Amino acid sequence: MSKRTIVPFGPQHPVLPEPIHLDLVLEDEKIVEAIPSIGFIHRGLEKLVEKKDFIEFTYVAERICGICSFIHGLTYCIAIEQIMKLEPPPRAQFLRVIWSELSRIHSHLLWLGLMADAFGFESLFMHSWRIREKILDIIEETTGGRVIFGSAKIGGVRRDITDEKLKEILKKLETYEKDIREVTNVFIQDSSVKHRLCGVGIVSSDEAYALGAVGPTLRASGIVSDTRKLGYAAYNQIDFEPIVEKAGDCYARCVVRIRELFQSLDIIRQAAARMPQGPLEVKVVGFPNGEFSARTEQPRGEVIYYAKANGTKFLTRLRVRTPTFANIAPLLKMLPGGSLADVPVLILTIDPCISCTER
Amino acid sequence: MIEEQQLIVITPDQLQSKVEEMKQGGYRLVQIGCTQVPGSLEINYSFDKAYTFINLRIVLSSEKETLPSMSSVYLSAFLYENEIHDLYGVTFSSMAVDYQGNFYRTAVKKPFLNVMLTPEKKEGAA
Repeated sequence: MSKRTIVPFGPQHPVLPEPIHLDLVLEDEKIVEAIPSIGFIHRGLEKLVEKKDFIEFTYVAERICGICSFIHGLTYCIAIEQIMKLEPPPRAQFLRVIWSELSRIHSHLLWLGLMADAFGFESLFMHSWRIREKILDIIEETTGGRVIFGSAKIGGVRRDITDEKLKEILKKLETYEKDIREVTNVFIQDSSVKHRLCGVGIVSSDEAYALGAVGPTLRASGIVSDTRKLGYAAYNQIDFEPIVEKAGDCYARCVVRIRELFQSLDIIRQAAARMPQGPLEVKVVGFPNGEFSARTEQPRGEVIYYAKANGTKFLTRLRVRTPTFANIAPLLKMLPGGSLADVPVLILTIDPCISCTER
Repeated sequence: MIEEQQLIVITPDQLQSKVEEMKQGGYRLVQIGCTQVPGSLEINYSFDKAYTFINLRIVLSSEKETLPSMSSVYLSAFLYENEIHDLYGVTFSSMAVDYQGNFYRTAVKKPFLNVMLTPEKKEGAA
């Protein structure tokens, strides 16, 4: 047996945009075990529900993450709406779908860029982020913000997208789709990309399921699971099937996200075509009393907002289980067997968001 | 209602067997969370199978009670259990990885526990 060495990796490391630490047990260059550490920047935002009233807390929920901020706000709103038995108007539900899918597109493009950077393909990184900027421009045009949308509201949405603006956006997305296909073809076909991703960090379907993986990390191992199929917002009126790959390696996780980009574009087109006219919100009367676990599909996978209320303006408890937290255990299965040089790629393959995790 | 969610209240003695039943039934462990309500702590174990959501709930009268770790059934449970330990002070026995209170580096111990259910005895107190 080779001599074992423990290499501390992170929390500050050039390839890690956010603080996570791994104790990597190596035999020569090969990883045999990994122990994770998080909690360097735990913010305790969940506890703020005791001081911010349940309406105001929507703003805090949106700030849990700077990438999937809208879906955080939306999931919080759904949890409260379910407790209060509120039914947002149909137009608001379709707008929620459109902003959710724009979030997914920009998040996946961000991830593709980071991934390209991790395996040393700088121009691919820049092209991915070049297209992402255009998606952020659409988000800014429709919400006024590029990071924090501020559009989610208990009982509906704060803003509308006019039919003219929607047509304009669809036209733009048609052009961007070609750009996305051009860039993602490199991820799918380039031999150097395949060399870094194929057969690396394999997680079988049984392992992914047993370890509680969610999102693209789960679907890339052949499990059909997508929380959007619950039909929240207007997803029950959209035709789509979860994107699934079977290999369970880094390449499969990359392909799932790429295919989801095109799926999101299709969902936006469907939502635009089916969106009815009408009001944007229903009035919120009284205070919530009860409990509910709202589940939605973020770009990284299923997020849970458990809310418990006692009939006052402050919630008793808000618990947020983020997709990255659920994907830490599968990461520990991916790392053993890989080489030290694969670690950046393996960590990024779950699309970690420590900002969400350290809510 | 988006989905019907089942809530089953169990006792700490039933935890191991119920969680094993869920595993054998093909359920995925979604999360373990803790909520402080007046006079007690609720520990929720959430599971999903084909979009069916089930919660097992244990009610603890004190944060000093010890629960068995479910990491031998679902490995990922150790992450949730360490989190609950660091935020509420509940102890789980035989966790797959025990961070000894260093999972979250918080400025104060048990930051989410608003009222100590079992107050610490001061030294020299009768």
